[in-house]
Formats: sequence, C-alpha cells, structure tokens
Amino acid sequence: MSDTPVAEMSFEQAMAELQEVVGKLEAGDVPLEASITLYERGAELKAHCEAKLKAAQEKVEAITMGENGAPTGTTPVEGL
Amino acid sequence: MSDLIDDPTPGQNAPEFTVSEISGAVKRLIEGEFARVRIRGELGRVMTYRSGHVYLDLKDDKAVLSGVIWKGQAARMSVKPEEGMEVVATGRLTTFPGQSKYQIVIDDIRPAGVGALMAMLEKRKAALKAEGLFDPARKKELPYLPEVIGVVTSPQGAVIRDILHRLRDRFPRRVLIWPVAVQGKACAPQVAAAIEGFNRLAPGGPIPRPDLLIVARGGGSIEDLWGFNEEIVARAAAASQIPLISAVGHETDTTLIDFVSDRRAPTPTAAAELAVPVRMELLSRLDEMDGRLRRAAGQAVEYRRQRLRDLGRALPRPETLVMTAAQKLDLWGERLPSALRSVVSARRVQLGEVSGSLRPGLLRRMLEEQRRGAAATGARLRPGLLRALREHRRALDLRAAGLRPALLSRPARQKGEQFSALALRLSDIAGGQLRYWRNQLDALERLRQSLGYEETLKRGYAVVWGDGRVVTTKAAAAKADALEIQFQDGRLPAGQGARAKPAARPAAKAPPKGDDQGSLF
Repeated sequence: MSDTPVAEMSFEQAMAELQEVVGKLEAGDVPLEASITLYERGAELKAHCEAKLKAAQEKVEAITMGENGAPTGTTPVEGL
Repeated sequence: MSDLIDDPTPGQNAPEFTVSEISGAVKRLIEGEFARVRIRGELGRVMTYRSGHVYLDLKDDKAVLSGVIWKGQAARMSVKPEEGMEVVATGRLTTFPGQSKYQIVIDDIRPAGVGALMAMLEKRKAALKAEGLFDPARKKELPYLPEVIGVVTSPQGAVIRDILHRLRDRFPRRVLIWPVAVQGKACAPQVAAAIEGFNRLAPGGPIPRPDLLIVARGGGSIEDLWGFNEEIVARAAAASQIPLISAVGHETDTTLIDFVSDRRAPTPTAAAELAVPVRMELLSRLDEMDGRLRRAAGQAVEYRRQRLRDLGRALPRPETLVMTAAQKLDLWGERLPSALRSVVSARRVQLGEVSGSLRPGLLRRMLEEQRRGAAATGARLRPGLLRALREHRRALDLRAAGLRPALLSRPARQKGEQFSALALRLSDIAGGQLRYWRNQLDALERLRQSLGYEETLKRGYAVVWGDGRVVTTKAAAAKADALEIQFQDGRLPAGQGARAKPAARPAAKAPPKGDDQGSLF
C-alpha cells in the first residue's frame, strides 16, 4: 500500500492500488486486523475511482487569440 | 523578284516597324496576354548567379522555356529548384528584346506531382531522422485518463465532430480546440504555433493546460496534407512536452508529423480512442473490483468465524470435564462418615485395651528405673573406654616389639638351600638315568648286530644276490640276469672270482631288513 492520500491519486494510481488490495485480500493470508484495514483502504480507493468516473463531463471550448496570435481565453463551443 | 517590285501587293501600304518597335509590340502583347501563368515542366539547367538571381530552363519533350527568379523571390521560395525536378512554376511571361527571347519571370515554384513531393518528403524525413527526432526513446507515454485534451484542428468540419463524438461515447472530457487552417500556406505555421502555444500554457493558469494533444486533419490529397509535412510542424511536435497524438488524413496517409508524434492514429476517431479509456468499462471493472473486495473481506471474516465455530465445537463442555471427579467425590463423600465412625470405634476399642494396663504411677516407676540404669552405664562408659584403649595400645606395642625382619628372612634362606640340594639331586638322578639308558642301548645294539646276517658272514657264510634281491633257491638263481655274492667285506659278481672288479656296496644299504632296524636310531 502506498502512503499517498487517496484524494491526491490519479484515477490510474487509485485503480492500480485497488487491484493490489483486492489481490491481497483474495490471497487470504492477511491477518484479520490487517484485512480490515485493507478493506477500508479498498473502499476508499473505490469511492475515489468512482468519483473520478462519475465526474466525467464534457466541456468543449475554443481558444481565442489576440492580435499577436497569443491565446487570450476560451469561448464555449456548442453544437458539435 | 522583279515582278514583286514592279507589281506592288496590297500589303505595301502596311506601316513599317523598327526592330525596337516590333520588339516592344511583342513585349506588350505577351506581357498582356500572359501576365500570370502556371507552367508545368521539368527543370533543366539551373544556375544561380553571384547576383542572387536564378536562371533556369523549363522544358518538356518538345520545347524549352527560359526562366528567371529574381533574387528577392528566390529567397522566399519554399522549394529550392533543382535540375530534373517536376515543377509548376507560377509567374509572368516577358520578352528580352536584346536577344529576341522571351522568358518567364517566376514568382513561385512548387513541386508538381506526387513523385516530386514524395522525393522531397523523403529528403526531409532522412534529415530529421538523422537528428534523432524519430527515436522511439523520445516517445512519451500517453496519460491513462487525461483531464483536459487540447485539439489542434479546424473548428469546422467533420474532424472535430468525430473526435468529440467519440470522446463523448467513451469518456466525456474537457476539450480545448485551438483553431487552425488545415491546408494552404497558413497551415504549417498555424499548426506549429498551436502546438507551441498549448505547451506554453502554465499549469493552473486561466486557460487549463491540456495533458494530451491531438493534432488532427481529415483526408485529402497529398498537397492538401502538405502542411503536416513541413519541418516547422514536425519540429514543434517533437518539442512538445505534452504527449501528442497525430491523426492526419486517412489510414494510408503518412505525414511527417506522424513520425515525431508520440502516437499516430490512423483517423481522428481513432485518436479519440487512444486518448481516453471507455468509461463504462472502467465503471464495470470498478464494480467488479468492489465486488471482489467485499467478497474477499467477507471471506476473511467468514473463514475465521467458521474456524472459531469448529474449534468451539471441538472444545469439551466444562461439565464433562468435572463429571468424573464429581462422581468420585460423591462416592467417597458418601463413604466418609461411616468410615470415620468405624475407625474411631476400632481405635476406641484398642485404646480401651491398652489403657487398661496403663497407669501413671507404673509408667513413672518404669521411667525412673530406666533413668537410673542409664546413669550407671553412663558413669562406667568413659573409664571403660579408656581402659580398653590402653590395653589395645599395650598389645599393639608388644606385637610391634616382637616383629623382626631376621625372622622373616631365615625361612627364605632355608628354602633356598633346600632348593639347591634338590636341584643337585635331580641332576644326579637324571645323569644316572641317562647312563643307564645308554648302556641299555649299547647292549641292544650288540644284540642286534649278533642277530643280523652280517655277523653270520664273518663266520664264513655268504649271501647270493640276483638282480638286487636275495636269492635263496636254485630256480631263482637260474632266472636272474646277474648274480652277486656278498662276503663279510664286500660283494663279488658270481663267476668272476678274485680277478673281477670289486662291485662292493655298503652292506648296510643292501638288506631292507637292516634298514628298518637302523631307522629306529
């Protein structure tokens, strides 16, 4: 288990660790106390991954440019 | 000829031109008519003068056209003219009256045809490859799930639509479009600027910095796609810190940017697929993980519960542990009072018996007698002990005084003398015995000799030998090959008398009987 707080993890990191946690638990050779800790960690990771997946939202913008071609901001793009 | 002079033709009143005039007229005509032309041909000889102007020939199989590129234009030319190149030259026709020539003043030269373009592309590719820009080690890993995707493409058209659709299907993300021209002269500089611009965005700034770039364009002719073959685009893509997917043209089109991008997608749609995973798949995978997590955790507990139950079952009940002991206790407890009673009554009877003769006065008297006896004995104990000790010491001294070594050695001397006498006697006796036996032996020998036939020979008898055997009969003598007569002093062959050679043999050897006896000694 890494020490990175779950909230700071990328989806990929969290998913990888979740897989590891499940693997360990399934192997069944973890002491009971440790397995409870593992389970809690797993649940936290799962919630984090889920949040990342649920947060998937489309937002399309186009870069707007000034006279010199440098970007000045964005405008929403609709209807594509 | 004279006819012609004498007989003027109607053309005679046509105006006369000077050479310069007609040259000027031709010049005006040509320049007016061909002010802007595109001419396709192969480049012949190409010469760059020290002045910077470039003179060249455009030709095909039947004709040649001279051309010139003035210095200023030559510097701006995107393609360096080379002999043998198939080109389309754009410019205007003009004449050079001094030499009765016409020529084209070229504004632009572009490679004509796929072959020419491809040859140029190959050249660029080789140069960039030599620089190491295509090195696989330069390729960056695409992020698994980018938060913001930057797309460099035309804001209109099917390409951005395809990308957005596919992203929407798989995993809706925040998308930033950097609008660019995707063909024409503006294409390459704009695309390069867009890639650089995205890279220049600061993380956390007002415009979010994408963590993945897609450079996309739909299908088209090689000329349409040419902007993506330009070096500035390739260099910008190679320098991009943000992972970049190139998706230019159709699957079969390969442009220079594809070699330097981190991933090449065959189509814009495919680029979207490379960019993000499928959200539903991830959700279901996550669900599956969750299920496995719960199951595994549940099993960890359930397994232990089961084990506990098993062990608990195997544990004997507390009652059974004490049952036997309790029963024993009951049994013995039951017997205890009666046993106690019987023991007490038995002892009481005994006590009664013993106590009958037991009185304190008696006991005291007995005690007194014993004490007196003990005191008397005790008083005698010490003098007696000392006396006994003295006596024993005296006896010991007495014995020790009578103990002398001479007494011990005398018997030893006596025994030695006895032994010598005995030894002497033994040797006497042995010697006598030996003499006796010697005499006996001599007597027996004398007897043996007197009994032997040799003694008889001394008295005048003789023995006849035939073939080594004693002959005792006439018949035996007749059969023998040779006869010998033995006298007391030797043997003589028969019939030879004293003349014959003595063939005497030692008498002791001849008679077997004599041998037998002799071996005894």
